[in-house]
Amino acid sequence: MLKIDNLHARVDDKDILKGLNLAIKPGEVHAIMGPNGSGKSTLGHVLAGRPGYAVTAGSATLLGQDILDMETEERAHLGLFLAYQYPVEIPGVSNMEFLKASVDAVREARGQEAISSVDFMKQARECCKTVDLDQSFLKRGVNEGFSGGEKKRNELMQMMLLEPKLCIMDETDSGLDIDALQVVANGVNAMRNAERSFILVTHYQRLLNYIEPDYVHVLAGGRIIKSGDKSLALELEEKGYAWLEDAA
Amino acid sequence: MSQQQIDRAISKEYAAGFTTNIESDTLPPGLNEDVIRFISQRKDEPEWLLEWRLEAYRDWLQMREPSWAHVNYPPVRFNEISYFSSPKALKDRPKSLDEVDPELIETYNKLGIPLHEQEALAGVAVDAVFDSVSVTTTFREKLAEAGVIFCSISEAVKEYPDLVRKYLGSVVPRKDNFYAALNSAVYSDGSFVYIPKGVRCPMELSTYFRINEQNTGQFERTLIIADEGSHVSYLEGCTAPMRDENQLHAAVVELVALDGAEIKYSTVQNWYPGDAEGKGGIYNFVTKRGVAHRDAKISWTQVETGSAITWKYPSCILRGDNSVGEFYSVALTNNAQQADTGTKMIHLGKNTRSTIISKGISAGKSSNAYRGLVRMSPRAEGARNYTQCDSLLIGDQCAAHTFPYIESRNPSAVVEHEATTSKVSDDQLYLCQQRGLDAEKAVSMIVNGFCKEVFRELPMEFAMEAGKLLEVSLEGSVG
Repeated sequence: MLKIDNLHARVDDKDILKGLNLAIKPGEVHAIMGPNGSGKSTLGHVLAGRPGYAVTAGSATLLGQDILDMETEERAHLGLFLAYQYPVEIPGVSNMEFLKASVDAVREARGQEAISSVDFMKQARECCKTVDLDQSFLKRGVNEGFSGGEKKRNELMQMMLLEPKLCIMDETDSGLDIDALQVVANGVNAMRNAERSFILVTHYQRLLNYIEPDYVHVLAGGRIIKSGDKSLALELEEKGYAWLEDAA
Repeated sequence: MSQQQIDRAISKEYAAGFTTNIESDTLPPGLNEDVIRFISQRKDEPEWLLEWRLEAYRDWLQMREPSWAHVNYPPVRFNEISYFSSPKALKDRPKSLDEVDPELIETYNKLGIPLHEQEALAGVAVDAVFDSVSVTTTFREKLAEAGVIFCSISEAVKEYPDLVRKYLGSVVPRKDNFYAALNSAVYSDGSFVYIPKGVRCPMELSTYFRINEQNTGQFERTLIIADEGSHVSYLEGCTAPMRDENQLHAAVVELVALDGAEIKYSTVQNWYPGDAEGKGGIYNFVTKRGVAHRDAKISWTQVETGSAITWKYPSCILRGDNSVGEFYSVALTNNAQQADTGTKMIHLGKNTRSTIISKGISAGKSSNAYRGLVRMSPRAEGARNYTQCDSLLIGDQCAAHTFPYIESRNPSAVVEHEATTSKVSDDQLYLCQQRGLDAEKAVSMIVNGFCKEVFRELPMEFAMEAGKLLEVSLEGSVG
C-alpha cells in the first residue's frame, strides 16, 4: 500500500523528517506516536502534499506510484485521505456542496461513474447518522461555527464518502470526549477492510483501546525509532518517551 | 462601409455639418451640436427632445470628468469616439425574428443567447440591443395583454411621449454628473418599461447588451416606471467580444417606483476587461438611480466581473415614507481591472429602510473599491440602514478599499456598518485539494460561497450564470 524510504523533509528551512522509513500493507492499521515536535503531523502533510513542505531526499509510493511529484489533488484521487487535526472553515460553501464536488472530482479522476444527486443525498444522510451529526450540518458552511468535536466528525464523514485507500488521521482523537471518541472509532472500524489501510497519529493510548492497531511506531527526531505491536502503546503510556529517545 | 464612403461622410461634416441624411450607419468620430442634431434626426425625434439633448450637451461642455474615484486610466479623448452606429441594412425595425439579419442571430447564438429558445424555455421577453439600435423585441403581445409596455426608448418617445417626457431625466437630471450629461446629449437607444397600476409583470424582462462595432461609444438609456402597486423584475446581462481599443460606455438607468410599487433590477456585467495588462478593456461609467415613493421598494442586484474600469453606483432615493432600498453587489476584479463601485441610499421619508450587502473580490493585480453613501435627512424619522461590506483577496498583489460615507441628520435614524477583509487562505485551498478538487475549482467554490448572500437575490437562471461567470473570470488567478 504505502512505502516510505529514507524520507527527509523540511518546513520553513527547518529539517523535520530525517530519514523516515515505513511500509504499510493493505488492510493494516498503523499507529504513530511520539513526543511533541517529532514530525508526526509533518509526515501526514508531506504525504498529502501540503504547499511549503519540501521533500529533500527519499521516496514515497502509494499503490506502487511515486506520489511526491504529484499534485495534492492527484494524491487524493489515487486514494490518499488526510483527516485534519485543525479542519479549516469555508464560509458560505455548504457541506453538501463541498462533499458532492469532492466526490464528483474523485470519482471522475478514478474513472468511476458519476453519482446522482439523489443517491448522494441518501449516502450523505446515512453518513450523518453514522457519525452522529444532525442532517442540518449538511446545509451549513464547511466547518463554519462547528465545535471541535463536530469538525472531527465532519472529517470522518468526508472520509467515508470519498472511499480512500489510505486514511491518515492526524490526532483525530484530540479534543474529543469519550462518547465522540467512541463514535469516531466505530466509524473507522466500520471502514476497515482488507483493501484499506490507516495511519493513526495520536498522543494517547486511549484511542487504541477503541481502534486496535496492527503496529505501533514511535516517531522522534524525524525518524521512527521503535516499532512494535499494540503493547508498545501501553508501555509508552506507562514510561513516556524519554527512555526511547535516550536509547536512540 | 468603404473608405470612399467614409471620406465622403467626413467631408460632408465640414460642408453641410451633418444636417442632411448620410448613407453611412456609423458617424465619424467627434462630438458637436451637429452630431447631436444628426442623432436626433436619424431617430426622428420631436423638437423638445432635441432641445433636451442640446442643453445636456451645453451643460456637459461646462463639466469636468470626475477624478475622485479610486481608478487610474489615460484620459478619454471624447473627440475620437463615434457617437452613433446601427447595424447595417436596418432602416426599418423587423417585425419578427425572421426579418433579423441571420448574422446577428448567429452572433447572439455564439453568446449563448438563442432568442427562439429563450422565448420558449425561459419565458423571458428580450429587448435585444445590438450596438445602438434595438433590433428585435419579443413577447410584446403577451406583455401588451397585461398592459405592460416594454420597448426601445426611441419607440417610446414616439408612442408614449407623455410618459417619456414626464419621467426622462426626473431621477438622473441632465446635469447630474459628467457622464450622465454626456449620455443625455448623445444617448443612442435603450429600454423603456411601463407597468400599469396594480399589475404584476407576468414575466421577467430582460435586455442583453452587446458592444460590437469598433470605436463606438455606447450610451444606453433605460427608463423603468412602475405605477402604483405594480411589480416588475428586470434583468440586464452583458457580454462583449475580444477587441483592441478602449471603449467608453456611459449608460444611464432611471427607475421610478410609484406608491407601493416594487422594482427589482438585476445585472450581470461581463464586458471585455482587456488583456492581462488591462489593454483594450471597456471603460464603464454608469449612472443608475431609482426613486422610491411611499411604500415602494427598489432592489438592485449586480454581479460585476468585466470591464477594465468600472465606475458605478446604483442608488436609491427613498423619497416616500416606508420605502425600501436594497443593494446587493458582487464585484470581481482580476489582472489589471479596476473597479470603484457601491451605492447611495438617500433616506428622505419616514421609516425608510435600506440594506447594502457588498462583496468585493480582488485577484491578480487588480484594485477593487467599495464606495457607499448612506444619508439620513432631517425628515427621515425612524429610518434604518444596514451595511455589510466584505472584501476577499486572492493572492498578494491585489488591493481592496472601502470608502463608506455616512451622513445622519436625524437622531432617531439608525445606521449600522460592518466590514470585513479576508483572504482565500492556503489552508482552505489545501483542504479542498486534499479532497480532490483542483486549485481553480477550489477558488471558484470558495468565492461562490463568499458571494452566496448576493447570489440568492438573483433570479434562478442568473444565479447559475453568475457562478459560472466568476469561475471563468478567475481563470489563471491561482498559480
